[in-house]
Amino acid sequence: MPCMSLECEQSAALARKIRLHALHMIHRAKSSHLGSAYSMADLLAVIYSRILRIDPQNPYAPDRDRFVLSKGHACAVLYAVLAEQGFFPKEWLQHFYQDGARLAGHATHVGVPGVEVSTGSLGHGLPLACGMALVGKRDRQSYRVFALLSDGECDEGSTWEAALFAPHHQLDNLTAIIDYNQIQSLGTVKEVLDLEPFAAKWKAFGWAVREIDGHDYAQVENTLTKLPFEPDKPTCVVAHTVKGKGVSFMENKLLWHYRSPDANEMALALAELGDGE
Amino acid sequence: MRGAFFRALLTLAERDHRINLIVGDLGFGVVEEFARRFPDRFLNAGIAEQNMTGIAAGMALSGKIVFTYSIANFPILRCLEQVRNDVCYHNANVKIVAVGGGLAYGSLGATHHATEDLAIMRSLPRMVVVAPGDPDEAEAATQALAAHAGPCYLRLGRAGEANVHSGELDFRLGKAITVRQGHDLTLISTGGMLETAVQTAELLHQSGLETRVLSMHTVKPLDGNTVRAAARETGAVFTLEEHSVDGGLGGAVAEVLAESGEGAFTFRRFGLPSAFSSNVGTQEYLRSQHGLTAEAVASAITSTLGKNSTFAATTG
Repeated sequence: MPCMSLECEQSAALARKIRLHALHMIHRAKSSHLGSAYSMADLLAVIYSRILRIDPQNPYAPDRDRFVLSKGHACAVLYAVLAEQGFFPKEWLQHFYQDGARLAGHATHVGVPGVEVSTGSLGHGLPLACGMALVGKRDRQSYRVFALLSDGECDEGSTWEAALFAPHHQLDNLTAIIDYNQIQSLGTVKEVLDLEPFAAKWKAFGWAVREIDGHDYAQVENTLTKLPFEPDKPTCVVAHTVKGKGVSFMENKLLWHYRSPDANEMALALAELGDGE
Repeated sequence: MRGAFFRALLTLAERDHRINLIVGDLGFGVVEEFARRFPDRFLNAGIAEQNMTGIAAGMALSGKIVFTYSIANFPILRCLEQVRNDVCYHNANVKIVAVGGGLAYGSLGATHHATEDLAIMRSLPRMVVVAPGDPDEAEAATQALAAHAGPCYLRLGRAGEANVHSGELDFRLGKAITVRQGHDLTLISTGGMLETAVQTAELLHQSGLETRVLSMHTVKPLDGNTVRAAARETGAVFTLEEHSVDGGLGGAVAEVLAESGEGAFTFRRFGLPSAFSSNVGTQEYLRSQHGLTAEAVASAITSTLGKNSTFAATTG
């Protein structure tokens, strides 16, 4: 999607950087979930550079916006964006997933500034975010809470418990963003456990819902700067995305939920993404 | 114990505005006063324990002290992973309160028997596990848990238990209370079995055995020093709990004693078998079915110690 603005150019540049970081991290680590990381890379680039009110120099400020990555397995791009934004040295990324490293293979808050909560088992993020949002509402605090969920974790009952809770308590300071890349661990969402009509489900639960292209920087930014969509309602953004987005041979391929790129695939991917780290 | 808990919680909530109570749509007739007096700090999460626990962790990470409240296994087992990951891993200041520990809901059936909770909770890193022995201990435990910054599990009995202690209570987390002095054997109890332990000691006294009775209200961290001293000084240690003998108080004490190097001593656990109760009945009935009466325990202790005394029940 061509950029028509400076903001869009900046988001695109950040997204490219964090995709490159994640590629090197996952290749070095021989780890998984590159496809899951890439489907949300554009969302994270916009969210971290344009939306969140956060200060890398003061990562635990009480009035900070909270970002909960519920799909903790896709943490490589989260770590990458946090490093790019200055929460911790980029050098840490080199040791992702290695013995003795700080950065584990699922989002881990321990000793990692900027990671709000540790996740990895699915279905935990939205309830945690609801608790943070409830305190924000009751104490009349200005911070907002964002939770980024995978589509697959909408199989979890706990996600829907929280989906019932947030509208009931009018948590309009809470935004759930769903990375709807349509592929989960062993098949497509449609094959494994169909979520459709997906946006309608959230709407029926009482959320203010919009569907967007999760790779259109301007659309992501425009959508997330108009929160809440409706007063007294939590916001749900169903972001239509492509698993493995950014590297043609990874796109929409179940294989890249798990596969770690070999040397040949690295070279091809680097050529497509352009440039080294 | 339930009444003592709520009395303590209301007093704490008056003093400390960080204290919140979340219930899983249970507590009819007992949670209303908190809800009325502190509406902005009360929450009924509905019948959704996973969400309740995740919310509690999220609130705690936003500066609150959060008590979750439900009955029997509901606040720990349905949501065990939320307890482990969201609460314990994040060291969230969440206090999980279960009313109806052990066989308190006996007649309701095995789904409502909380008989593995101590074993499960004490295996979790950072979790402080407390089962008070009487209402006074329950009140003191509530205060102590609120003052402890981190995850806690409070296993309560039901309502209407008698107080076992008299006078000033020296309640400290992780420190057993010596309820009765004795040099012939030690009987360590946790939770609502304390009254039975004291009655057992009285029966044994009648047959010439002096029992040291310890109320081990904190199962984790366990007061290992007091356990080792009991083995060393009395030569015989017995544990008593309304819980499976696997992994609960008896298991915790056995771990300490096996590594204690204290030499020869007698050890035996009294509790429930690792089985689902096939009988229907009240707490009192089910206890008697499993040998958890003062008479049965006293008889088993004398038999273990090579003395032949049997104790007949004096009341139904």
